[in-house]
Amino acid sequence: MARLFHSDRSVRYGLLFATSTSLLIVALIFLFLGKEALPFLANPGLTQLLGTRWIPVSFDAGSFGIVPLFTGTLLVTSLSLVLTVPLGIGAAVYIAELAAPWERRILRPLMELLTAIPTVVIGFFGLVVLGPWIKYLCALPSGMNALTASLLLAVMAFPTVVSVSEEAIRGVPAAWKRPSLALGATPLQTTWRVTVPAAAPGILAAVSLGAGRVVGETMVVLMVTGNAAQLTLWPLKSVRTMTATIALEMGEVALGSHHYRALFCIGVLLLGVTFGLNLVAQRALSRQTQSH
Amino acid sequence: MWEACFPSRCPPEPSRAAGRTPLRARRLAAVCLFGCCSLVAASCQRSHAPDAAVHEGRLTIKGSDTMVHLVSMWAEAYMACHPDVDVSVTGGGSGTGFAALINGTTDVCAASRAILTREREAARQQQRNLSESVVARDGLAIIVHPDNPVTVLSLAQLRAIYEGAWDNWQQVGGPDLPIVVLSRDSSSGTYLFFQEQVLGRRDFRRDARLLAATAAIVEDVSNDVGAIGYVGLAYARDAGDTVKVVPISPAPGAAAIEPSLETVTSGVYPLARPLRFYVAEPHDARADAFIAFCLSPAGQEIVRQSGYVVAD
Repeated sequence: MARLFHSDRSVRYGLLFATSTSLLIVALIFLFLGKEALPFLANPGLTQLLGTRWIPVSFDAGSFGIVPLFTGTLLVTSLSLVLTVPLGIGAAVYIAELAAPWERRILRPLMELLTAIPTVVIGFFGLVVLGPWIKYLCALPSGMNALTASLLLAVMAFPTVVSVSEEAIRGVPAAWKRPSLALGATPLQTTWRVTVPAAAPGILAAVSLGAGRVVGETMVVLMVTGNAAQLTLWPLKSVRTMTATIALEMGEVALGSHHYRALFCIGVLLLGVTFGLNLVAQRALSRQTQSH
Repeated sequence: MWEACFPSRCPPEPSRAAGRTPLRARRLAAVCLFGCCSLVAASCQRSHAPDAAVHEGRLTIKGSDTMVHLVSMWAEAYMACHPDVDVSVTGGGSGTGFAALINGTTDVCAASRAILTREREAARQQQRNLSESVVARDGLAIIVHPDNPVTVLSLAQLRAIYEGAWDNWQQVGGPDLPIVVLSRDSSSGTYLFFQEQVLGRRDFRRDARLLAATAAIVEDVSNDVGAIGYVGLAYARDAGDTVKVVPISPAPGAAAIEPSLETVTSGVYPLARPLRFYVAEPHDARADAFIAFCLSPAGQEIVRQSGYVVAD
């Protein structure tokens, strides 16, 4: 009996260790990024980071303003969300409420297939097919711009948005919908006035998770945005995102240089943004489950 | 043919070489290897040093994208006669190569620009003294779309375009078309060379599109009528008719000079530069043997065949 108790305990601790590994890794990553980034705040200082020019390699001092990189990420992310959210919620409503069971059985796996496409393949498609189209349609000198990247990222965020919001919509209890139907509302009215509002926290979670995916995406933006670090919010201009900057420049920096530390500062900011988005998503999801 | 070219002690072993270098470089290498294998075989005989350890083990070369063709071909030829040496070649840009050499993750850095003061300083802090050798030369070709009617650009015009003062082809005698300015990213030695020689050390315009590889610049220029880019001479030559090389005049009104083997060798082409290898002291005997091979007549023959210009 005592031995059984003992092994019970050890299994329990073993599982606790397995669970806390991910927590530990997140903490270590924060610690490591902070350690490499913090010296930049002491010298050359925070004001350097808030500048509007990112010119890390220069015969002058070099400037490390991450504002254009931040706006680049912001522009690409918001644009792709504008494209993917209405479409994604529509698809989720259809799959959850209207689709016949056999349709659902086909649609869901097909959509999840989208996540299986390697991002470099999507980027290549953007470079060779979508970029030239955008260039032609908008009569631009070049197809490498924020819009092209946003379209591709919208495709990538689509499955996340759909599957999370579909679960939220399906989670709305029948006890909420039946009274609406009993009072004479049509099924469509019930869907829009009762079910979707009740699923709103879950849909917010879906949007946050989709945004997190877009913010962290590197390969596609590296390939199709053109990587010009200019301060702009115009979708047809070339922009540079935070992720692409790290990917482009990390290979060349000497360890411990200002440039190296500035890249880590970008990393901290990026981690902060995705962490925040995930936090929003988790809170929204827990609110959703509590309310039902 | 293979049997005749290579002594039995020195088999070509194409399969060993296959995994290491990019496909494009390999194809090129295969062509040129065939052409100059007799020369290489001759040099093999001579360079069989008594100290066998020199021709054993692993040698990594990292750096300039401009040089990656050339270095891959050298590596192929070198490994063909020294099968126990494993030479791996990667690009990424001269800045990447210097960072790797300073951080101790590569044996040799291939660079299309001279080392910067701050890089030398960083190396000193890591207790590493770097020494350089010029192994070839290269001209920087300015390329535009084949349909672009502009036939000549002066250095001053080029500077105005890349600095952002001018942004329409009309301003340099072309059609009414916005100029799409393409550049390598800042890890490239060519980027810094261009910044120093053309921009007078000033910064690039901020809407210049920075691409991660030279091949991407060639690809993009061949697709965009309004695009302009700068690439190594060998890249421009390989691109053939898909891009147009614009001759450069050193001063407004002066005669335009086309980049070619002759003009780069004689030094009249304004955008010519030496290509170098850097190694850290104390010297690795393997690296020294490889560099000696590159500078040998056989090695310089490979330079000529691959579209670069010989060291002196």
